[in-house]
Amino acid sequence: MHYFTEHKWIQFAALFAVFFVLVMAIDPATGGNFWRLQETSFWLLPDVVNDGLKFLIDDWWVVETYDAELDLTEESTMMKEFTRGLSGVLLFSINLIRELLLGGVKTVVAFTSWDFISEHEWARIPALPWPAVAAGTFLLGHYLGGRNLAILAGTSTIYIAVFGQWTPAMQTLSFVLVTVPLSVFLGLTLGVIAFKNKTFESILAPLLNVAQSMPHFSYLIPVVVFFGIGDHAGAVSTIIFATPPMIRLTILGLKKVSPEVLEAGMMSGCNPRQLMFRVLIPTARHDILIGVNQVIMQCLAMAVIASFIGAKGLGYDLLVSLNMLKIGQALELGVSIVLIAVVLDKLSLAWANKQVDYFANLPFHLRNKYSLTFLGILIFTSVIAYVASMFFPDKANYLYFIHESQGLTTEKFWDFIVDWIITNTYHSVQSFNFFMTTSILMPMKEAYLSMPVAATLLLVAGTGYIVGGLRSALVVTAFIAFIALTPWWDRALITAYMTTFAVIISVIIGCSVGILCSRSPRATKVILLVCDTLQTFPSFVYLIPVIMLFGVSDLSVLIAVIVYATIPATRYTVEGLSKVPQTLQDAGSMSGVNRTQRLLKIELPLAFPHIMLGINQTVIFSLFMVIIGAFIGTDDLGQLIMLSLSEANGMGQGIVLGLCVAFIGLAVDHLIHTWAEQRKKVLGVA
Amino acid sequence: MSTPPQPVIKCESVYKIFGDNAVKMLEQSGGKIETAALLEAGCVIGVNNASFEVHKGEMLVIMGLSGSGKSTLLRCISRLIDTTAGDIFIDGEDLLAMNAKELINIRRNKMGMVFQSFALQPHKTVLENIAFPLEVKGISTTDSMDRAMEMVNLVELTGRENDFPHQLSGGQQQRVGIARSLAVEPDIWFLDEPFSALDPLIRKEMQDEFLRLQSVLNKTILFVTHDFDEALRLADRIAIMKDGVIVQIDTPANIVLNPATEYVAKFTREVPRERVLSCQNIMEKYDASAKVSDITVSTDAIIETVAEAVLTEQQPVAVTDDEGKIVGVLNSKTIIHVLFGEASSMPVNN
Repeated sequence: MHYFTEHKWIQFAALFAVFFVLVMAIDPATGGNFWRLQETSFWLLPDVVNDGLKFLIDDWWVVETYDAELDLTEESTMMKEFTRGLSGVLLFSINLIRELLLGGVKTVVAFTSWDFISEHEWARIPALPWPAVAAGTFLLGHYLGGRNLAILAGTSTIYIAVFGQWTPAMQTLSFVLVTVPLSVFLGLTLGVIAFKNKTFESILAPLLNVAQSMPHFSYLIPVVVFFGIGDHAGAVSTIIFATPPMIRLTILGLKKVSPEVLEAGMMSGCNPRQLMFRVLIPTARHDILIGVNQVIMQCLAMAVIASFIGAKGLGYDLLVSLNMLKIGQALELGVSIVLIAVVLDKLSLAWANKQVDYFANLPFHLRNKYSLTFLGILIFTSVIAYVASMFFPDKANYLYFIHESQGLTTEKFWDFIVDWIITNTYHSVQSFNFFMTTSILMPMKEAYLSMPVAATLLLVAGTGYIVGGLRSALVVTAFIAFIALTPWWDRALITAYMTTFAVIISVIIGCSVGILCSRSPRATKVILLVCDTLQTFPSFVYLIPVIMLFGVSDLSVLIAVIVYATIPATRYTVEGLSKVPQTLQDAGSMSGVNRTQRLLKIELPLAFPHIMLGINQTVIFSLFMVIIGAFIGTDDLGQLIMLSLSEANGMGQGIVLGLCVAFIGLAVDHLIHTWAEQRKKVLGVA
Repeated sequence: MSTPPQPVIKCESVYKIFGDNAVKMLEQSGGKIETAALLEAGCVIGVNNASFEVHKGEMLVIMGLSGSGKSTLLRCISRLIDTTAGDIFIDGEDLLAMNAKELINIRRNKMGMVFQSFALQPHKTVLENIAFPLEVKGISTTDSMDRAMEMVNLVELTGRENDFPHQLSGGQQQRVGIARSLAVEPDIWFLDEPFSALDPLIRKEMQDEFLRLQSVLNKTILFVTHDFDEALRLADRIAIMKDGVIVQIDTPANIVLNPATEYVAKFTREVPRERVLSCQNIMEKYDASAKVSDITVSTDAIIETVAEAVLTEQQPVAVTDDEGKIVGVLNSKTIIHVLFGEASSMPVNN
């Protein structure tokens, strides 16, 4: 008995034995509630959520509004007025930036009227010539981070213009330039409040947990109901999606500020406001900047997905071209998205690290040399563009604006390559596909679907108990039982099967690559850089090359998921191994270990908790990507979420489905975190 | 006799008690502090009935081992933490009665503090760190930077003003900390184990630097350390703390000669007395009829510096005060006793 309580693997073995007995014993036909939970009133939950939200929108807090134009007093609700106001502000900001870049009349209309526009032809904002914008980004890059950044920013802009993606790219940019600052501001504010107020933090923490494990799509559904469709709705869903990591990293950073730095601030005579804005936030800036970085990435990832609900830009074009299987075009759009992500990321980092020279004492023209240069270039390029349009009135003005149809394109080339790959590898890919599907994926799916719900719950509860005691058992069982109570248990099993498969492969690849790379310091640097870069890519982009090579199937979704989810596994393995304290390494060397022994006996055990956190990330990444994979066509929870987006009463269903996905993630997250914390305590590396 | 000048810092029965029940228990007992009962309730007494005064230009060193409450006491006096009971007066003003605005005001103008871990802001350059208290005060950037540059020169970091803290050594970082604390020209200077995180050699160098600064600036100083030798080197007076209680507060020489408790004696036993005592502490009465040597020594001279001279003389050496008047004599016997004798059998005069 003592042996049993001491050794966890025996407990797990026993648990699995009971699990298999249950699987054998419960017959699908006669198992009843043991096989699958039968329909209960719980199935009405989506409708309840629906009605609740409807009530919020249509009946709660009715107010009278007065429409000046129609001279009418109408009844409306507070919620409608609120969302209308917010939409207006968002739309105005997005349009303002968009029209500064692309030209247009909506901003002018906002202050005047459509009649005014039609009467006065001059009443419009002209588009900036693209060379001016390119020079602007080049100068900004130079100002903030020197030559390399300037070249990166400048050439990216030129690429986008030359390849004829100016319009959608600037649309995306204007979208991002509104959502990023708003998300950062919101996240910072909430983070600061949570830091100052313990009660607020304890309310916020579980909400953040759920928010961060909900798939992207589930944010779209309620937003559509509250805000309708369009750029503003996309912006709202993006902000909701991008804010939680910012809040979390703000709190983390503020908590890490050493108490003596705080005291030094107080002794310098800071008032509370100065203490927060001039001591705490700047000192915590490292974590806060990671937050900003995350926000930029999330916003771009969401900018693509938000195109489902009408956000214009690169994302929308990408969706369309993927839908039409125009792989070459999709690839070019994907590159643009990635370039915008990378440039914004680097610019924001450089901006935060910018130093000030106090004793420069420069004359006016030197102090403002960047703004003056930009002004000069702006005037110069505008004149050139104007003159060009005078001389060639009928031709496309390449110096002013390159339309989508006029841009360079490598589409043909890529399409040719894809064709070539498909014709030449059709048989091998097909047979690989066939082999994987029939011998691995289908049997695995069948196996998952043949698990009785009672056995699954027992397995989950047992794992929870062994890992973290009674409390963990209760927590994870509650998460999974919620899903079992909904009508979508089978769908959840399919999601689980795809995720499991992807996670297993990702972890194997990621950990092996990580271990290999950690053997040499140079490889470590390179692989971390690769991971950093790959992480800036919006998740949707990963679908492009996979569809290009493998066509549309379950397998290609899984491959995209694996590529995406391997990043955290690799990264955490490398980090974990390089974090093993040098003293322990030296102690090992003096005990005379060889390379293999060092890896197996010293490094891996010590790095294991950190690697487990990487696996945790892998699970979450996989879940997200599996859900996004529904876009290509899978039959799991993701597909249902996509469907509820287009259904009239899909809101409740969408939210509950989103919660199901979130709860799978949270259950895994809870188990791994509990376990990793225990291991860290045992190893003394916390 | 004129009225004694007002002390710059005055503490009266200062208590700091940690623990959730502390406030409740104090209310129940009507403000009276019952140490035993508090300890029983699970409270920790950080500072226990501390009373002392620090006068203008004086350096009081609070010395104690970790957990003795020395840093807690310093934070009570700088009001970084709230005092449980007692009174603290800064230049006669009740510190504990000040509202937030007055407190900020006194910190902006009268106080400076140096921290053990330097507490520099990592994202600011040396210059920006030093200018920070000035900027906070609302002084224009140009003036702040000029003043900060003066401070950079004062702590001899010229040429490093645009470096970031992580580019500096520990000693250099603490110079920045010192410069920052002095930027607003405070009257009162708090130093919380400023040299504890430094290597022994650098520590010695920084102590010399600190003494040099103090000789120029002449601030009122509260200096916390766990290093008894450091306390002896720097202090005008030392307060030794144990378990929150100030067990002895006196000049270094008196502490070495008359340790109040066995605990204090443990520190003094190993101290090289010739480095602490001055002629005044051990001189014998001057008998006008007795023969004295040709040379004289000053009352303030440290024994170490005169021992060789006194020992080579045949006659006792006269000790003279500031005006050149002979106030006592030093025998070679006494010197030998200081150098090699037992601590307990010291002939002592104060």
